[in-house]
Amino acid sequence: MTRRLMEGSEAIAEAAIAAGCRFFAGYPMTPFTELLESFAKKLPLVGGVCINAESELESVGMAWGALATGARAATGSTGQGLALMQESLSEITRAELPLVVFNMARGQGDYFQATRGGGHGDYRHLVLAPIDVAEATRLTQLAFDLADRWRNPVLIYGDYLLAHTAEAVEIETLRFDPLPPKDWAVDGSLGGTGRSRNVNPIGMLKGHKGIDPEPFWKRLQAKHDEMARREARFEAEQVEDAELVVVAFGTLARFARTVVRELRREGRRVGLFRPITLWPFPSDALRQAVASARRVAVLEMNAGQMIDDVRLAVLGSRPVVAIGGISSDSAGFGIGPLLDSENVRERVESALAGREVSA
Amino acid sequence: MSERETSVLESGTTGKARKVGNLKPALQLGVDHDLCPGCGEPLALRCLLESIEELGCSQRAIGIVGIGCYTALTPLMDVDLVQALHGRAPSVATGVKRMRPDGLIFALQGDGDMVSEGLQEVIHTAARGEAVTCVLLNNGVFGETGGHMTATTVLGQRTKNSLEGRDAAYHGHPILIGDLLAQLDGTAYAARASVHDAAGVARTKRVVRRALETQLEGRGFSFVEILTMCPTGWFLPTAQGPDYLSKVLGNVHVVGELKRDGRYTPTAELRARAGA
Repeated sequence: MTRRLMEGSEAIAEAAIAAGCRFFAGYPMTPFTELLESFAKKLPLVGGVCINAESELESVGMAWGALATGARAATGSTGQGLALMQESLSEITRAELPLVVFNMARGQGDYFQATRGGGHGDYRHLVLAPIDVAEATRLTQLAFDLADRWRNPVLIYGDYLLAHTAEAVEIETLRFDPLPPKDWAVDGSLGGTGRSRNVNPIGMLKGHKGIDPEPFWKRLQAKHDEMARREARFEAEQVEDAELVVVAFGTLARFARTVVRELRREGRRVGLFRPITLWPFPSDALRQAVASARRVAVLEMNAGQMIDDVRLAVLGSRPVVAIGGISSDSAGFGIGPLLDSENVRERVESALAGREVSA
Repeated sequence: MSERETSVLESGTTGKARKVGNLKPALQLGVDHDLCPGCGEPLALRCLLESIEELGCSQRAIGIVGIGCYTALTPLMDVDLVQALHGRAPSVATGVKRMRPDGLIFALQGDGDMVSEGLQEVIHTAARGEAVTCVLLNNGVFGETGGHMTATTVLGQRTKNSLEGRDAAYHGHPILIGDLLAQLDGTAYAARASVHDAAGVARTKRVVRRALETQLEGRGFSFVEILTMCPTGWFLPTAQGPDYLSKVLGNVHVVGELKRDGRYTPTAELRARAGA
């Protein structure tokens, strides 16, 4: 394998196919469109299927069906399209289907949607937020593994820059531990045997009338609790002696990292904490990372969403200040002044000095 | 289940009962269900399961079930199933079919599910010529919620939210979904049948079988609408269900084959023929 210059969308589609994804359905929407285009181009070459669905409601429904057969399948959109999918996303979680869903978001305003979800009932998705194209190719493969391992949807939170920036990457096929067979998947073969399957989100069993929701929901809750304990991922850089720890995710963390490294070279005691999983939020790790800090600064491109999780992690032990804010181009695609390391530097320096940062 | 429940007894001139056969379809796991007396959905289910078995497809059938009273029948169906959300069965069926092209894939939905909530799903699935069979159980009401108006409720029909009867000026007109689908190039077969009497059940089974055969022959999308009794949702005594179905709903949603061998026969023409 050699390094190739590829846009994020293309690299992610290749990584998904390398992970065994054979079905994709989507509805065009900027900046997700190129991911759909890449799957449409590449999946047929490996015997897979990519459908240009009539809406996001159908995209997620088609992926649901493909997943029920045991295939690795994915869908995606922007946050707007994911808003349409929410009913299915919550029910797919209860049907315990291993969906991978991409949000090529317009900025970072979909943090709540990604981590809390807008669907009904109690449910959780693992949420991975890659910092760049290279990491996206690894996290995409990890997403398919985690989805199968937990039989639970995994959401990849990307954005305009991740989707459209061309970077030189090498897509190495990652190896994971063996997975249990998908004996729950429908193939029709057990019809008439009395052991036919029913892939459903309500805990329904063949041969048993009615449903018993409470024990079913409690079992899912226990699974989600276990996911929360075991799957938190993060990256911490130069936090050991930091007076100020900057918390940022995704593309914006890349800008924060540049600034933190620059300030460190100048002898300033700043560090970076980057959640790689937005859910589960790496709370324990963050609590440890801020041990020496006087202050925690949250850089996110929205009105203040991840800051809630940071505050819950830090539990009032030290001040948590917002240094990000709403920032966008005129199209609303999430390309704004915050994506400017000089601007970010100014904000980090203000937080370091204990000054207020206006959004 | 007891023999009594599953067998038909024939009384001869001697007055002695004689067992003539076990009528429970092989793909049905039992006979006990929670649907109302007089409901037509178990009959429709029976036509479907018997057809799958007779076509030798018991071990390649996968059903995608919507949400309605008939969802309570899924524990009885001894074929692989995927439970879909309300309105979404056709897209789920699409995903299943694309990954299992050799499977006999059918979707089962009610009129609220298919024609109200998820209308665009079935239309696009038909337009794509998806090789699946969509089965509509049409009783003109949301039975599970207790008798509310759907997109197929006929004019004049009383429901809990059209108490004086469906009024075109206020509630709009019913959709003849079979006609919408039959006109699409992707639709290879479309038919409407009714389970209000024995002859109707026999015709229902015939068209269900043709629809499934259409899929097996790879000719494209197939559709069967089965009119079913819902005396509870119609607020009628149980015994009046079949009559109401054939005379009131059946007068609008007229039975017959709407698309066969590339030829579309509009419901209006079926009605004219029936009247002639």
